[in-house]
Amino acid sequence: MTPTTVETPTGAAQTMVLNMGPQHPSTHGVLRVILELNGEIVVKAEPIIGYLHTGIEKSCEAKTYSQVITLTDRIDYLAPLSNNLGYCLAVEKLLGLEAPKRAQYIRVLLTELTRIASHLVWVGTHAIDLGAMSVFLYTFREREEIMKIFEYVSGQRMMTSYFRVGGLALEPPPGFLDKVRRVIDALPGHIDEYEDLLTNNRIWLGRTKGVGIISADDAIAMGCSGPMLRGSGVAYDVRKAFPYSSYEDFRFEVQTQTAGDCFARYQVRVAEIRESIKIVRQAMEKIPKMDGPIRTEAPGIIPPSREEMKTSIEGLIYHFKIYTEGFAPPPGEVYQVIESPRGELGFFVASDGSAKPYRVKVRAPSFVNLQSLPKLAVGRLIADVVACIGTTDIVLGEVDR
Amino acid sequence: MESQEADKNPVVQRLRQWDAEAVSEVIEFRGETTVVVPRAHLNRVSAYLASEPFLYFAFLSDITTVDRFPLEPRFEVNYHLLSIARSDRLRLKVRLPGNDPTLPSVTSVWPTANWHERENYDLFGIRFEGHPDLRRILMPDDWEGYPLRKDYPVEGPR
Repeated sequence: MTPTTVETPTGAAQTMVLNMGPQHPSTHGVLRVILELNGEIVVKAEPIIGYLHTGIEKSCEAKTYSQVITLTDRIDYLAPLSNNLGYCLAVEKLLGLEAPKRAQYIRVLLTELTRIASHLVWVGTHAIDLGAMSVFLYTFREREEIMKIFEYVSGQRMMTSYFRVGGLALEPPPGFLDKVRRVIDALPGHIDEYEDLLTNNRIWLGRTKGVGIISADDAIAMGCSGPMLRGSGVAYDVRKAFPYSSYEDFRFEVQTQTAGDCFARYQVRVAEIRESIKIVRQAMEKIPKMDGPIRTEAPGIIPPSREEMKTSIEGLIYHFKIYTEGFAPPPGEVYQVIESPRGELGFFVASDGSAKPYRVKVRAPSFVNLQSLPKLAVGRLIADVVACIGTTDIVLGEVDR
Repeated sequence: MESQEADKNPVVQRLRQWDAEAVSEVIEFRGETTVVVPRAHLNRVSAYLASEPFLYFAFLSDITTVDRFPLEPRFEVNYHLLSIARSDRLRLKVRLPGNDPTLPSVTSVWPTANWHERENYDLFGIRFEGHPDLRRILMPDDWEGYPLRKDYPVEGPR
């Protein structure tokens, strides 16, 4: 980008080109934005990405279908379970099988907890970007409680890999639902606390209201999804439009705002936390009434239970074959979309009939949402660029993959 | 894999009525419809699908390529379309020969295609004609080769 000549009240002047990032605290990772400035007004903004590119899609082609699950954790590291779910559903679609109802409900419960945790990180870090330090400390306190649930269930706080093709990795440990209940019962009060600190805070309103506006038509044309799209008044949520993993059994509202600015996106995310709490509550009510396995039965594809592997010769053979060779879905291509905390997360999986995926493509919502940054930031002050990057809610691991 | 099921799909019927030449094949797999479009018709079909009120595929979800090396036609470029108004999805597929992987750009129909096309150019070397700014996006500007092609080693160049 080179400086251009612009008209100012005092005559013609040159714009200034300013490099922001890739090491900058408000870019949430390694994002570089080249800004062209007229005084303090942004004339042009160009995001430069790729600093975190790790070639995950290429690596997937060299792994078996089950091994890829561990890679999906690392795409969006704030919502690993959503990634696990998207990929597992895609492979299940390819195989033409479904996880048992109970596993689907546990998946819903855990992905909604993931959404809450991810939105909590967003509220906290966005507040810190705009100068409100204390909210960050509170949201991370609550997030830690959710992380402890993930650790209790899967053994890992972040890289869970808990969802497997055909169901779950393990039966959830005893007392799991009690732990969830304790966290969920405390949450609404905590969210009121954040709202007390932010929603009517004049500095907060000044920094977010009317900043980074994107219209509904522009948001659709730019492919925005998730809270970015719903903040502009489009009530599109994959959970409602294309229900997966039994979301049709749960009652919840799609949250929208019409202003399309940073404040609208903040309102949408806070309201979504409250909706997720409702979904988790419904799941907690339903799960204890269900029984049955946590993994579907498909000999040669889904590993047999530990008991069966130890006691039957077929079980032992299948166990050995699945863990050494993997399984081979029929040739074909599927595209499975789920609603991740950031928007429409798509997994395109192509099979050539071998035990390794021929091609895995991740449609990363952050990648697409980030593209509209120039639309949000141009014409605003340089300080608003920080607010605009913040409300896009990007995770650079997902942008660059 | 042409099936009767695919022929009943109203979107496919509509496309065929509009221009029979624009649809060279229809694939139905696991409830997903794929329409194979000849390269020359891509821009017309895109504009029609995005603007026709009955179809209204105004949202382009994704563009991605599959490399079928060493088979020919080598590349398959997939466009994943979404109609929010009708809650419907459709995949367009264009097959490209290995010695001439060029395509018309669809950025004029869906502005979001900009970065998707740059990504496909960067990782597969597909060239999109009429793209406003066709540069590498994930790899460094001076990178040699196209990493997601099947003849590119997983370990990287040696």
